[in-house]
Amino acid sequence: MNQAIRNTWIAVMLLFVLSLGALSYVQFFAAKDLNANPLNNRQLFKEFDLPRGAILVDGKPIAESVATDGQFKYQRVYTDPDLYSHLTGFYSLTNSSTQLESVMNDELTGKSQDQFFDRMINLFSGKENEGASVELTIDGKLQKFVYGLIPDGTRGTIIVSEPKTGNILAMASKPSYDTNLLAVHSSKQAAANMKELLTVPGLSPYRNPAIGNLIAPGSTFKIFDMVAGLESGKYKADTMLANPPTIKLPGTNTSLPNFEGGNCAARPEATFAYIVAQSCNTPFVKMSEELGKEPFQDVTERFGFGQQVEIPMRVVPSVFPQDPSPDELGLSVIGQKDVKATPMQMNMAAMGIANDGVIMEPNLIKQVIAPDLRVLSESKPKEFSTAVSKDIADKVTDLMRGPVKSGTAVRAQVPGLDIAAKTGTSQLGDGSGLVNSWITGFAPADDPQVAVTIVFEKIDFKTGSSLTSPNLKKILEAVFNQ
Amino acid sequence: MSELETAPVPRRNMELLLLVLALAVAMGAYYLVGINSDEGLSQEFISQGLILVGLALVFHVVLRIWAKYADPVILPVTVALNGIGLAMIHRIDLAKHDDTAFRQIMWTGVAMVVAMIVLWTIRDHRVLRRFTYIALAASVLLLLLPLIKGLGVEINGARIWVRFFGLSFQPGELAKITLATFFAGYLSSNRELILLAGRKVGPLQLPRSRDLGPMIVAWLVSIGVLVVQRDLGSSILFFGLFMVMIYVATARVSWIVIGTLMLVGGGTFAYLTMSHVTRRVDGWLNAFDPDIYHAIGGSRQIVEGLFGLANGGLMGTGLGNGSPYMVPLANSDMIVASLGEELGLIGISAIVLLYLILVSRGMRAALGSRDTFGKLLATGFSFTLALQCFVVIGGVTRLIPLTGLTTPFMAAGGSSLLSNWIIVALLLLISHNSRRPMLSGVSATAEVATKAPRRSPGLLESIKEHKR
Repeated sequence: MNQAIRNTWIAVMLLFVLSLGALSYVQFFAAKDLNANPLNNRQLFKEFDLPRGAILVDGKPIAESVATDGQFKYQRVYTDPDLYSHLTGFYSLTNSSTQLESVMNDELTGKSQDQFFDRMINLFSGKENEGASVELTIDGKLQKFVYGLIPDGTRGTIIVSEPKTGNILAMASKPSYDTNLLAVHSSKQAAANMKELLTVPGLSPYRNPAIGNLIAPGSTFKIFDMVAGLESGKYKADTMLANPPTIKLPGTNTSLPNFEGGNCAARPEATFAYIVAQSCNTPFVKMSEELGKEPFQDVTERFGFGQQVEIPMRVVPSVFPQDPSPDELGLSVIGQKDVKATPMQMNMAAMGIANDGVIMEPNLIKQVIAPDLRVLSESKPKEFSTAVSKDIADKVTDLMRGPVKSGTAVRAQVPGLDIAAKTGTSQLGDGSGLVNSWITGFAPADDPQVAVTIVFEKIDFKTGSSLTSPNLKKILEAVFNQ
Repeated sequence: MSELETAPVPRRNMELLLLVLALAVAMGAYYLVGINSDEGLSQEFISQGLILVGLALVFHVVLRIWAKYADPVILPVTVALNGIGLAMIHRIDLAKHDDTAFRQIMWTGVAMVVAMIVLWTIRDHRVLRRFTYIALAASVLLLLLPLIKGLGVEINGARIWVRFFGLSFQPGELAKITLATFFAGYLSSNRELILLAGRKVGPLQLPRSRDLGPMIVAWLVSIGVLVVQRDLGSSILFFGLFMVMIYVATARVSWIVIGTLMLVGGGTFAYLTMSHVTRRVDGWLNAFDPDIYHAIGGSRQIVEGLFGLANGGLMGTGLGNGSPYMVPLANSDMIVASLGEELGLIGISAIVLLYLILVSRGMRAALGSRDTFGKLLATGFSFTLALQCFVVIGGVTRLIPLTGLTTPFMAAGGSSLLSNWIIVALLLLISHNSRRPMLSGVSATAEVATKAPRRSPGLLESIKEHKR
């Protein structure tokens, strides 16, 4: 009988060895995988109990963590949430986090490389890890001003940047939303609020239109055509070009008109400068036939199409068709059909021409500040690419003066200010008659301080054009006559 | 049993020393929980700590008086486990603004007092043998109680609770004791019959079919518990208990083979026909499937437990610094995950080793016991503790499907505390009786030397006992 008891003890030992083995497996060997499992929100829960850094504009918080008695120790609070929603994004347990709250999470929670030593000190002193604050390049007053220029109910985006540094001074879009609605701790409430926000037409709380909406750029695309034409040596400002009222798209029977009622109809033959200023279409279709797709693909790539750009949020790469047929190419070079660009991309186009052909990396972060106000890191201007030579940039600048002086953007004129800009209108082509209305440009043309891009999506032509050039004027007045 | 002929030494001072150590560990854990919380060291630390220390010391004194030769390790290990569990429950309380620890310390008090009464009234475990069939009747009654309308309540899908005067109780926990008593009594009386009869097939000596009766009864009880009360854990526990006891009684491997076959058969039947078992198994196999994770009664509990354990890693987050409260039932069914998270692999391993020591001491008492009944009873109790640990830890670590068994002495819950403390008292008694000096000096078998059991064991048994 004792032998049986001993055998039982051996079986018991086996059970305990199995238990210890299983614990070792889970806690040691599989721990890393389990911690990284997408279902695991312990890390997030931990974060919600820590003081998270603020997001600052002009030194004042637009997002900050406030101590609370609720489920967690801190509640994220946004001031002026609608004004900044697409920049800050939201910090939510239920809906995860977006935009700066997501990409700057390491800094805001104190986990970045720069905060390594602070973490070590805290580890030994037993202090809580505090997150760093992130100060933006945004000019609060300008942001508020441009936001006010977008009428409620429209889908508009305005970007103002510094071509020489890449710093973004204003980036606003409507429709906007109250980020506080999504930062509530109650997951039920947060989910309900999200569901309701998703019913707003044209709004996705997960997408910043300035860097996330791919829109046919219309005639603003002609900035790249100008570069391609000038670089080919076949086009100069005073080159006379045939300007027929309509042209058959290559290889098809579809005919494409110049814009009806515009000044293009007046001249069957015109200089390159004139057709840029008046934004005639037919000579550019001809140009596409003459140059082929390669120069256009090459130019757009140099300006950032298809490239990774982070501001530090990821900008959705803009698209130029890979292998267009001649007729598709004809439509692409006037910014229709398959060519798609984000507002940020068209702002980069203006920035590149403005800065002698060198595109500075667009950037929202001015500096990261430790809880004790030490500056942990400061953004320095970085080159994104050399898109064109200074010579070409100067020539394109000159061509872009045309629309403002005497062409499609005369309503943007500011007395005493030398402005270069290009307008654009792309048809939605869905039978609604609505268009996307663009303008992108910079000023002063000879010493550019700001590059401005304005776009309104799904808008009727008349409202659209009254919101682009006139608003460019208002923004430039605000910037230069402060 | 010649190997046990050592000079009897009470070793109560050793127990006192170990007890001080155990209380230091428990109080240390409680203290750390206090200083790591926002509120700092609370009033409860003093009051609950003093209650635990007082109870442990009184228990020690009781042993000095009534069970002088009892194993000196069992009480300290049990107190340590109970104390660490209390600290963890208090820790979860702090996070959830609850007051479970107070109820737990009260139940600990009740359980320890009852255990002391058991020590005092029973003195000699062989008395229990008189109640073999009463124990069977009591088991049946205890298991049926939750099914009585108005008395039984269903919690988390299992109908194993009764509620009276606002208190909930799990009678099944006590059934462990009564069933073990019945098995021990029945098997010690009938083992020679079961042993000698039966055909031999190959290396296996098969039991006679009529001797299979009790096995089938145990199997049916287990299945009944599973079907009627939907309690997978207890079902496994009861069956495992019986299998081990009949194996120890007969030393026949054939019982294990038959029992395993019945277990596999019953398990398959349960998996195929019972939705709650199917769900458990699916949640075990596909725990990380988001659909199953989010399903009601899905795998969230086990997955969160795994995340907690992983969060603790090797060293643990430290008491009060993790987030064990994110796991459902963090202070009862899942307390192993909570402990693993905050104490780390190292800490939880130490706790597992404490259980191993406790179970080993229980089985040592079985080895030393001078009567078959005591051997069976001690082995049965020890094995229950071991099996419970395995089912819980295996379930939490996803080695086996998760079932709702309690972690002995640690999990929040009065019934479990009460029954396990009674088990400890009985193990202490058995060890005391095996180690104390013989009353009549030279007598070879205690069965003959003492008067307690009314029913005298067969001659055959005494002879066999000598041969071993």
